[in-house]
Amino acid sequence: MEHTGLNLTLKVWKQKNAATKGAFESYDVKNISTDMSFLEMFDVLNEQLISTGKEPIAFDHDCREGICGMCSMVINGRPHGPWNGTTTCQLHMRAFKNGDTITVEPWRAGSFPVVRDLVVDRSAFDRIIQAGGYVSINTGNPVDANALPIDKKLADKAFAAAACIGCGACVAACKNSSAMLFVSAKVSQLALLPQGQPERSSRVLSMVDQMDKEGFGNCTNTGACEAECPKEISLENIARLNREYMSAALASEE
Amino acid sequence: MELNSKIPAGPVETKWTKYKSSVKLVNPANKRNLDIIIVGTGLAGASAAASLGELGYKVKAFCFQDSPRRAHSIAAQGGINAAKNYQNDGDSTYRLFYDTIKGGDYRAREANVYRLAEVSSNIIDQCVAQGVPFAREYGGLLSNRSFGGTQVQRTFYAAGQTGQQLLLGAYSALERQVALGNVEMHTRHEMLDVVVIDGKTRGIIARNLITGEIERHAGHAVLLCTGGYGNVFYLSTNAMGSNVTAAWKAHKKGAFFANPCFTQIHPTCIPVSGDHQSKLTLMSESLRNDGRIWVPKKQNDDRKPIDIPEEERDYYLERRYPAFGNLVPRDVASRAAKERCDAGYGVGTSKMAVYLDYAAAIERYGKIEVGKKGLSNISKEEIIALGKDVVKEKYGNLFDMYAKITGENPYETPMRIYPAVHYTMGGLWVDYELKTTVDGLYALGEANFSDHGANRLGASALMQGLADGYFVIPYTIGNYLADEIRTGHISTDHPAFLQAENEVKETLNKFVNCKGNKSVDYFHKALGKIMWNDCGMARNKEGLEKAIKEIKALRTEFWNNVMVPGTVDEFNVELEKAGRVADFIELGELMCKDALDRNESCGGHFREESQTEEGEAERNDEIYSYVAAWKYINAGESELNKEPLIYENIKIAARSYK
Repeated sequence: MEHTGLNLTLKVWKQKNAATKGAFESYDVKNISTDMSFLEMFDVLNEQLISTGKEPIAFDHDCREGICGMCSMVINGRPHGPWNGTTTCQLHMRAFKNGDTITVEPWRAGSFPVVRDLVVDRSAFDRIIQAGGYVSINTGNPVDANALPIDKKLADKAFAAAACIGCGACVAACKNSSAMLFVSAKVSQLALLPQGQPERSSRVLSMVDQMDKEGFGNCTNTGACEAECPKEISLENIARLNREYMSAALASEE
Repeated sequence: MELNSKIPAGPVETKWTKYKSSVKLVNPANKRNLDIIIVGTGLAGASAAASLGELGYKVKAFCFQDSPRRAHSIAAQGGINAAKNYQNDGDSTYRLFYDTIKGGDYRAREANVYRLAEVSSNIIDQCVAQGVPFAREYGGLLSNRSFGGTQVQRTFYAAGQTGQQLLLGAYSALERQVALGNVEMHTRHEMLDVVVIDGKTRGIIARNLITGEIERHAGHAVLLCTGGYGNVFYLSTNAMGSNVTAAWKAHKKGAFFANPCFTQIHPTCIPVSGDHQSKLTLMSESLRNDGRIWVPKKQNDDRKPIDIPEEERDYYLERRYPAFGNLVPRDVASRAAKERCDAGYGVGTSKMAVYLDYAAAIERYGKIEVGKKGLSNISKEEIIALGKDVVKEKYGNLFDMYAKITGENPYETPMRIYPAVHYTMGGLWVDYELKTTVDGLYALGEANFSDHGANRLGASALMQGLADGYFVIPYTIGNYLADEIRTGHISTDHPAFLQAENEVKETLNKFVNCKGNKSVDYFHKALGKIMWNDCGMARNKEGLEKAIKEIKALRTEFWNNVMVPGTVDEFNVELEKAGRVADFIELGELMCKDALDRNESCGGHFREESQTEEGEAERNDEIYSYVAAWKYINAGESELNKEPLIYENIKIAARSYK
């Protein structure tokens, strides 16, 4: 691979904590290898800041292999940056050109308050799962796993929905800060599988209710969430969520 | 100190059943008055928190991430083993037990491993019942694949995201208990000490990572489910936050640390590309099912891989180990790659890589598709295209990841891979009940040492984490807590809590007041280099002695010259890292000491002084058939205790995969 050194200008959101106002600050980084990941470029910047006695930029990250869902940067206006189907940690610097100015912001949504700089509080997602994102079964002695054959097509669809990493890019991408893609992924996974049937109605009602309580906006079907989702969770799931919600709501009114 | 592993009497097949039916119980009314603290929410922690919450205990769970769903178990790719024998290929509890003991190079405890194999089937049942979407065949039944070190297909999987799906299952069970009020979840909290009163664990000191506040939490028992310590090498496949701090603090409070030098170096990772590298990415072992590993037969061959003809390639694993071929266990595959690269046959710009080639698999799958579809007059290009589709369905996400990181297309050119630190078999010493040498303090999952000996087989980490959390601890903890029902509420006003809190605060202040001129990462990288060079894939006396000296010097320099910006009472990432690196430095020294003590080669531990003429690892059962359990005395000073390993069911033999 070619190792090209990039010189870049970064405009990064700095905010001390949830109570104070934030602002963009500019930084220059030099000789960035195109083989670096975007977060490794931030490591270089932070080392630079620390060595000059300044405070480093706080950002969330952990696995750095695109699966934990912790990293969360809006890069040049796009959650997780320019590459489709890619988390921030898997974005590599070959996506940029020498001399580029890159703007980096946290997820912007009322339900995701800023903790510091690029770090936000996504505990609302945990509370939505608490509202029903599970099958109510205790640890114990369930039946043999193969006693319940499941149509491969359904299992594959359920798996595709279950691939959601809960990063919140869908919310950050949405002009209404809607969490519909996240909620629909979990509702779909469990509505498609036989294990999820007993709680199918109560689950969808309860999870949607919690989503509303958390202050997430409504879905207007613009599809920005699907376009920015690093796991390419399909909009079909939102359609399914709507159907599930409708039939559950109708049934519960009887 | 005499180490009592508390292995129940009787034949290995009945030990667990007998234990379960005779162990003390805690009645439901008493469970409500007993607090259990669980640190870490990966597979072991989340499954334990959910299961103990279901039983009615009052559980408090802690994780440093922003959600329990982010624990690093989520990154496990390939699968989870279980002795279901769904494939009718001769699997059984005994086989899984045997493979695990042999895979661990006869350095694991028989009774624990047998229990692991025994409960493996329940795990699959439990996960399926939770709605975990495992891969399935067209008939609707579960699919299996092969993994290294075995000759049966017993690995269950969900594409290359098995860890994610299992963790989300355990996470959802945990969140259900949170909703029911049985579990109190503390995210963005890091445990910084254990509190021991009169020899019993009574709580922890934790730091709220958002506010910097130091908190006291009391409990009748504490479970450490905090994963492994691979990040002592700086570069590893672990998450950036994975650390040894909780386990190390426990060690300093009296918990013995067992076999610290047993490190798993995984053979198939994406090679290091430069000094900026912050972590290494694993390419699942499942890729060795279909991929063939080779290097050129000529040294320093600079041709492109596709220009090197078949007869000029050395498929060195197939050559050296015909019985297991590309599916030899991880330690064997890693060493063989290192051997070829050291001998000058490595590939890529760094020459520290070997090829993992899918060309043959793509063609083979293409031909199968041609047969299935009854096609005729098909060109080679069309066969390849069909084969690529099949490979894409099986390994697509892994191939995509490789392409993103390296900028190369693995469907067209072989992948370059090299071994990287992946898992640590060592950990806190525990007895049969998963209890450490401190009363009331337990260690589960990768944080303990018990099941994988000197080398873990692929797809066994997920199995152990969930076995410990779902099926072992719910039984064994009762045996301790049954005697705690009269303890009553534990006050955090006890002087021991105050003292622990003050010590934690003092250390944190030391970091921010040091105002040196080197960053935490500088020290972490320096430690990693020492560890990788002298306590990595090959170790020798001279190198280890040098490493111990260097680490001691590094420790002194760290405490005198580390630069931690910011304050203690705010969200401060550098401060978090400083605490973790301080503990890694102490651990690194102990690992080198342990490696120095064990002058034999076994599993992932390869002492250059102990090898056969063909360069295979040579074990020394007469002297080293023991668990090395280290007791902490002072920083840089430890005392070795030995738990002899007794094999009653499996005949110890030289481990051969030829």
